[in-house]
Order: sequence, then C-alpha cells, then structure tokens
Amino acid sequence: MVVQAMTSREAVLANIRAAKGGPADESIPRLYSASVDLSPAEVVEQFADRLHDYNATVHHCTVDAIPATIAGILQTRQKTGLLIPSGLPPEWLPADYAFRRDEGLSYADLDASQGVLTACDVAIALTGTIVIGHSPAQGRRALTLVPDYHLCIVRLDQLVATVPEGMRRMAALLPAPLTTISGPSATSDIEMIRVKGVHGPRTLEVILVG
Amino acid sequence: MSVHVGEAASALPFPEAAKKLVANSQLRRNVRHATNVIRTKRGRVVAEMDDWEQLRDAGKAIKDHTLAHLDEYLLQFEAACTKAGGQVHWARDADEANRIIVDLVKRYGSDEVIKVKTMTSDETRLNVALEAAGITPFETDLADLIVQLGEDKPSHIVVPALHRNRMEIRELFMGKMGLDTLGYQPEDLAAAARNYLRERFLRVKVGISGANYLIAETGSVVVVESEGNGRMCLTLPDVLISIVGVEKVIPRFEDLEVYLQLLPRSATGERMNPYNSIWTGVTPGDGPQAFHIVLLDNGRTKVLADPESRETLDCIRCGACLNACPVYRQTGGHAYGSVYAGPIGAILTPQLQSMEHSQTLPYASSLCGACYEVCPVKINIPEILIHLRTKVVDSGHAPLAERLAMKGAAFAMSKASRLSLAHAFARLGQWPFNDDGKLDNLPGLLAGWTEFRDLDAIPAESFREWWSKR
Ligand code: SF4
Repeated sequence: MVVQAMTSREAVLANIRAAKGGPADESIPRLYSASVDLSPAEVVEQFADRLHDYNATVHHCTVDAIPATIAGILQTRQKTGLLIPSGLPPEWLPADYAFRRDEGLSYADLDASQGVLTACDVAIALTGTIVIGHSPAQGRRALTLVPDYHLCIVRLDQLVATVPEGMRRMAALLPAPLTTISGPSATSDIEMIRVKGVHGPRTLEVILVG
Repeated sequence: MSVHVGEAASALPFPEAAKKLVANSQLRRNVRHATNVIRTKRGRVVAEMDDWEQLRDAGKAIKDHTLAHLDEYLLQFEAACTKAGGQVHWARDADEANRIIVDLVKRYGSDEVIKVKTMTSDETRLNVALEAAGITPFETDLADLIVQLGEDKPSHIVVPALHRNRMEIRELFMGKMGLDTLGYQPEDLAAAARNYLRERFLRVKVGISGANYLIAETGSVVVVESEGNGRMCLTLPDVLISIVGVEKVIPRFEDLEVYLQLLPRSATGERMNPYNSIWTGVTPGDGPQAFHIVLLDNGRTKVLADPESRETLDCIRCGACLNACPVYRQTGGHAYGSVYAGPIGAILTPQLQSMEHSQTLPYASSLCGACYEVCPVKINIPEILIHLRTKVVDSGHAPLAERLAMKGAAFAMSKASRLSLAHAFARLGQWPFNDDGKLDNLPGLLAGWTEFRDLDAIPAESFREWWSKR
C-alpha cells in the first residue's frame, strides 16, 4: 500500500476536525448597544471632543467655505501646497496654493511633501475615528501614510455615533482596503508616556463640513 | 511535527526564574509603573461603556462558535482570500512556517524584511531562521526595536519593553544607532526611532506581519496598531507575508465590531487605537502586489482537543490579564520563559507544547481571579490553571512535593469531587505566592508540602463553589 504523505493543509484540517467538539451553543448573544441616544448636535460635539483628546485640530465650516477654510489653515501652518488624491473635488481647492495630484508619485516624493489633503468615507463619534476607504477622493494607502501632515475633510452625513454603526457603513466599502484613523500616530512604549506622532502623519487636522 | 514556543522548552522553571528577577528592583519598579498606568486607563474607559458585559458575552460567544466550526471558517477564509489575490499557506509547526517564509523572501530576491509586531513570529523564532538564511529582519514597533537592539526578550504581550526605562533605552539607542547626542524624553527617543526606521520603510521590499483577525466571510485581514509602523509594513513593500495562528479567524465582518470595542479599551486603555488596517487580498495600484498568508497550527489543535481548556484559544492578546496579575506584577514577563507571559502565558505555553515543557507555569498564580475579571473574552484562567495542574500531576512531571501531595489528597478525599480535589491543588499551588502574589515562600517547595500536610486546613467547599461565591 502506498501511503501518501498528507499535505500540511490536510494535516492541520484533520487535526482540527479530530479536536473540535460538536457544535457548541450556536446562539451568539448580541445584546450590546448598536446605537446611542444622542442628538445629531451632541454626536458632532462628541466627535470634535474626541479629536481634541487625540490632539487633532478641528475646524467647522459650510460646504461653500471649504476653500477659504483650507486657505486659512495653510496660511497658519505656513504651507504653500499639499498633495491630493486624483479624485478630490476640485471645487474644494483654494486658488494661490499648489496642489499636486498623486499620479504615481514615488515614496520619496510623498516623504518630501508638505502634507496631504483628502476626504474620508465614514467617521465615528464615540471613538473619534475617521475611516478611509481609499477610493479616488482619498487615494492609495501610502498617500495618507508617508506625508507628515494630514488634513482631512469630514462631511456631517458621514458621521455616525457608534462603532457598530460605523462598521455597517464600512462593510459596504469592501473589498477596498480600509484604514481607520483615531488621532495621529502615537506610542506609549516608553514608560507608558504617550508620545503623539511616530511613523504615520504626526499632525492630523480635520475640517467638519455641514 | 515539532512544536516549539520561542525558547520555552529550555527556559528555567518559573520559580527559579522568578526568584532571580524579583531581586532586580529596577525591573520591578518599571513593571509596576507600566502596569499601574494601563490598569488605571483601562478602568476609566471600560467604566464608560454601559454595555461592556454584553460586549464580553458576544466576544466570547463568537470565539467559541468559531472554534466549534474552525475548519469550515478557515476554508471559507482561504477561498475568499485566494479569490481576492492572496496566497494561503498552511504550516503544521514553527519550523515549517519559518521555512515557508524564508523561501518566499528568497524567491522575491530580498535579503532584508521589515516586520510589524507579531508575537506569532516570536513564537516560531522567525528572526533566527531569517538570519540563518542571510536575511536581515528589522523590527519596527518601537518596543520590539528596543528588544531587538538590546538583544533582549519581550516581557509583555502588548508593551514588550515595559521592563526598560528611558535612561536604559537612551543608552541603547545611542550605542546601536551611532548617535553622539540624544535627549532622554520619550519624544526624543521616539523621534530617534522614526529617523532610524524611515529610510528602511521606504526601501525594503518585503514586509512581514501578524494579524489580529481574519474574516472568513470576506477573506479580509485586520491589523490593530498605534505607531503607524504597521501601516508602513503593510502598505509600502512590494510583497507582504502574514503569519497567523489558525485561531485568529472570525466568521463575519460584522463580528469585528465587537472586538474593535473590546480590544483597544482592554489593551491600552484607549477608546480606539490610532490605526486599524483591513485589507482583502491584493488591491491593484495600492499596496503590496503580492500577498501571502501562513496559517499556523504549532500546537493549537492540541489545545483545541481539550474541552476543559480549549477556550484558551479565544484569547485576543490584549494583555489585560498580565496587568491585573499580582504575580506578573512582581516578576515581570521574563520569568515565564516564553513569548507569552502572565496568566495567558501560564495556560497557553504549556498547552501548546502538549504539557511536555513549562510544567511549572500553571503554578505561577495565586488563583486570585483578577485575570478572569478583566478578560474581555471571559477566559476562565483560574479554572484552566487548576485543570492544567492536575494534568501536570497526572503526567508525573509535577515536582515531588506535589506528587506526594496528590497521593495524600487522593487518599484523604477519595470521595470528593474532582474539582474539590483540584481545590486541594489550588491550595498547594499557591506556592510560592500568597494572595497578594508576594514571593514570601521561596524556595517554597517544602513550604507547600508542609502547608499541605495539614489537610484539615482545606475548606470543605469545592473550588467551583468557592469561585461562584466570589
Ligand atoms: S487571556 Fe484574556 S485578558 Fe489575557 S491577553 Fe487573552 S484576551 Fe486578554
């Protein structure tokens, strides 16, 4: 009799089948809260609070005021321009600043830039989280990672209160890669002292629109 | 098949290692400070969640359900990931996983890799295998970098370098990074790490990661992190290789909403960690254009086979049980002789090795129950510790005193239930710690035996009864 060596795949699966018990209690209790009892204004306030907690700067403006708000921020930060993803709405951009579209920029270009301006897909108030689905208005993942400064535009209709509500919207974006951003990068690896800004953008600034 | 868990098989027995480490007062101060900070933060953000208990129940139920269907969910993941352009490999043990990864790195023609914190690769000792093959691994998590440059070992599953203070790290960085001057503020040290790693992030063509979750339904992989080094490793290289234990799969994308609430609050006391990356196979024009994932057994199916302790595999590696544990807080992580320290290490490390090594670890606990209380997926670590103690005794590997005690207990309580018998071991097992986890009984072996001879001192109630009253 020829004994065929099992592949590792077959072996691991066989081990699992031999080891696992019968179907356990199949019901999964999902009694946690999917939503909270907050007014829309309170949700916005909570989101802004959380961003402040994370040391991100927050601005509010109307749709029409987006270009002026961006111009004001760039002036304050003494920047002459930013990188932008290919699908960012051109009507958001103020005149007199240099916006460079990411059409195959090298990592060195991203690294040497003054920062990046993008939109987002979802925002979650309870955790101060911005979700980027890397569609054309947000660009590929490297674009919001390598530059040291990220200015992100969040529309109020993109804002939800809780993580479960956010996850439901995120599910609709799959299979695109998703990045959730809750404040600038940070570490507490040294004596548990929180240092804001390590490898991802060290400065995160948010414009809430609506 | 040969399972190894880091260097656990050759590590000093826990009591001996612990005895050495508690003599190091600087280390104890560092560990105590770090665990105090995380505990306080965790307490605050957990208290603000009205539905925390409901989240824990869901977190546990999803994991238990997954384990009961583990083969099906892994196959579903494999199919979905493959369809999305990923390549799935299976590894029976650590050596096989390392071999697969070394071969892949060579096939893609690289002699260096950037790595984002993966304990699973510490378990397989991947870095040793890479170096033996002439491949240089760069750890990029700040704590892992500190451990790697210091030729040290991780001592905590979330904050692996918490046993080092800023002055020690400064000295290390200046020496290894060739810096003439360096401040000693955490900001200065983090900036030095950023500079040191920046060029490597932009240059190295192969990234290696672990994963926190695999999603069966969509074939997606999830990495939870803080510093952005994860995003760098997952995004910038041409090739990404992830090494992941088979127990990390969850059924649905929706299930992630439970863990994205439980994990950050439990692990670092944050409402949400700065970054989560979720990717599905390969995305044209964005990120690595080749993605490989190695699904690792390395003893996990052995753990699965024991119904009394398979819930060990529910663990989401948050580290809360370490921070809560009076024993860990005294000894630090190195005493556990494994990449997995603390209460979870005490149950996971011996089980992965089929109880053939690390047999003193199930005794590294005062059974105070603090670990169970904080565990976000409600793993009953004290019960599992007792179960494993009986296994150690049954296998004849227990230290002499316990075997004698076992015989005595069996004789004295021949009609007692198994768990009340286990309680006898629990009493004995407190050696060498009292309820505060103080190492006041060292060397302890005889003390334990002496204590045990007074059988009348053992309360008549069973551990389970005693436990349920707590
Ligand atoms: S056993 Fe529980 S508390 Fe400990 S690391 Fe795992 S999930 Fe966290």
